Amino acid sequence: MLFRSNNSILWLLKFRISKFNILKTEATTEPILICGNEAIGEAAIQAGCLAYFGYPITPQNELTAYMAARMPEEGRVFIQSESELAAINMVFGASALGVRAMTSSSSPGISLKQEGISYLAGCELPAVIVNISRGGPGLGNIGPAQSDYFQATRGGGHGDYRTPVLAGASVQELADVTFLAFDLADRYRTPVLILGDGILGQMMEPVKFIHPEPVDLEPKDWILGGAKGRPPRVVKSLFLGTGALDAHNRKLQERYRIIREKEVRCEAYMTDDAELIMVAYGITARLCREVVRNLRRDGHKVGLFRPITLWPFPSLKIAELCRTAKRFLSVEMSYGQMVDDVRLAVNGKLPVEFFGNGGGEILTVGEIEEYTRELISS
Amino acid sequence: MKDSTIYQRPESLQDVPTHYCPGCGHGTAHRLIAEVIDELGIRERTVGIAPVGCAVLAYDYFNFDVTEAAHGRPPAVATGMKRVRPELIIFTYQGDGDLAAIGIAETIHAANRGEKITVIFVNNGIYGMTGGQMAPTTLIDQKTATSPLGRSFQNEGPPLKVCEMLAPLDGTAYIARGALNKPANILKAREYIKQAFLNQIEGRRFSLVELLSACPTYWHLTPGDSMKKITEEVIPNFPLGVIKDER
Repeated sequence: MLFRSNNSILWLLKFRISKFNILKTEATTEPILICGNEAIGEAAIQAGCLAYFGYPITPQNELTAYMAARMPEEGRVFIQSESELAAINMVFGASALGVRAMTSSSSPGISLKQEGISYLAGCELPAVIVNISRGGPGLGNIGPAQSDYFQATRGGGHGDYRTPVLAGASVQELADVTFLAFDLADRYRTPVLILGDGILGQMMEPVKFIHPEPVDLEPKDWILGGAKGRPPRVVKSLFLGTGALDAHNRKLQERYRIIREKEVRCEAYMTDDAELIMVAYGITARLCREVVRNLRRDGHKVGLFRPITLWPFPSLKIAELCRTAKRFLSVEMSYGQMVDDVRLAVNGKLPVEFFGNGGGEILTVGEIEEYTRELISS
Repeated sequence: MKDSTIYQRPESLQDVPTHYCPGCGHGTAHRLIAEVIDELGIRERTVGIAPVGCAVLAYDYFNFDVTEAAHGRPPAVATGMKRVRPELIIFTYQGDGDLAAIGIAETIHAANRGEKITVIFVNNGIYGMTGGQMAPTTLIDQKTATSPLGRSFQNEGPPLKVCEMLAPLDGTAYIARGALNKPANILKAREYIKQAFLNQIEGRRFSLVELLSACPTYWHLTPGDSMKKITEEVIPNFPLGVIKDER
């Protein structure tokens, strides 16, 4: 299987897509070989995304190019905006009219979108924002990284808000969480982030587009679109009256409480008897899974806990694991961000170790395994 | 009995007092837009986009759907709206800071893409909401909170002429500049606004009307002297008229 993006294969696939229209907007029964960026795009289309606005930045360009080709085919809206600022505000406009809309970018571009994400949150507008993250800070490099965890899970922009953050660990799962992202956005009237990285975005794997069970979504009785036979509506995040903003924020906080209660998603792998539990998300979790298998073969009781929702973070599940585990190891392509959430969940009951890097380069199974073996023997 | 009403509140304006200062142009601009929307019969399919600035509360005064937008971003928000619901009438209402400073990129690119939207650009040469700072359209030698010695050509550059900058773009269909300082000019401005909305109804591309407006509070003048200043100082810098009409 060819995991690294190979341009000729990619373009062949694209050619086949547009020439023979293999990908229709119904669920495919046969898996197709596609890269992560394109899988998100196709899943978004199948999830009913009617408008996509994007601006070029590596390593998410395949997604923008995919939408440029596919959205017009479906009679939907694609615009290459003049900036990430414009793109997120185009999403704002489309969303205020009740349309499912998406934008995507990579780390520096996501920083630019934060203003718009804060407004979307304040105005209670659904939207899906994809971050195929790369190394930072600043321009960093175009390699894969997980150093946007803080930004993604703490709101990112100004103000007291959170956004659900979904992290897949495979191309298939990127497609799956894309469907989920649109539903969560509509259900809770909130921007939702999909957090991938340069490897997941560019590697190719077989994908089936599995439409989730239809969920009961409230009718959008707040959308703008002409005050015909009804009083005019306003979309806003400005609350000037005494107590008005506090009341608005309390409403948002109550919604976040419900999201925390109902929308946590995670995966546990061989954690039942594990003394050391590795915690990792995204592509890093794939590597750690292999490390767990290798160490288990040598009789070490190691497991893997993988958050799929980074916010809401599966804190209660980790707290439960404290009853059986002896320590945790957070592995990230950063110099320690998610580890803070692990520590908060563990709440001082057990030691929490950290292993990571920060160069916009993927960790290797070998180096994670070496560190973990040293930890076990220490 | 014959109905003798010759002046009344347009349906598109809510029956509420505004927060605008005496002599401010926003009230007049709101009314002109509301009259035009009534006249064209488009109130029930219009969505307005309010700026950040003194007119941020426009949604409390207009009697149709209105959204807020981040500072400078209304043309991008309008683009998202118009592209997904082309049958709606989408207009932005923006001040000089919003449109010509922080949002100049969104303005130029929406214009250049030929977005079929209407932009009402209220130019009073100052940031009113934040306390009278220099705007991109502040005149040379005009004193503001952030140009206390007066705007200088050397240091701040000349006032930005938005209409003249946008008119050469092939994406723009209609560019006009009016003034809200006296009845004759106000009636002329109303014609421009009407044409800018008509263009959108008829599917023409980007239309923008600039309205020269007063900010007596931060010009530190009486409303009367402010109107005189528009005639004597502002209009010579920003000539009135239809600058581009592609019909």
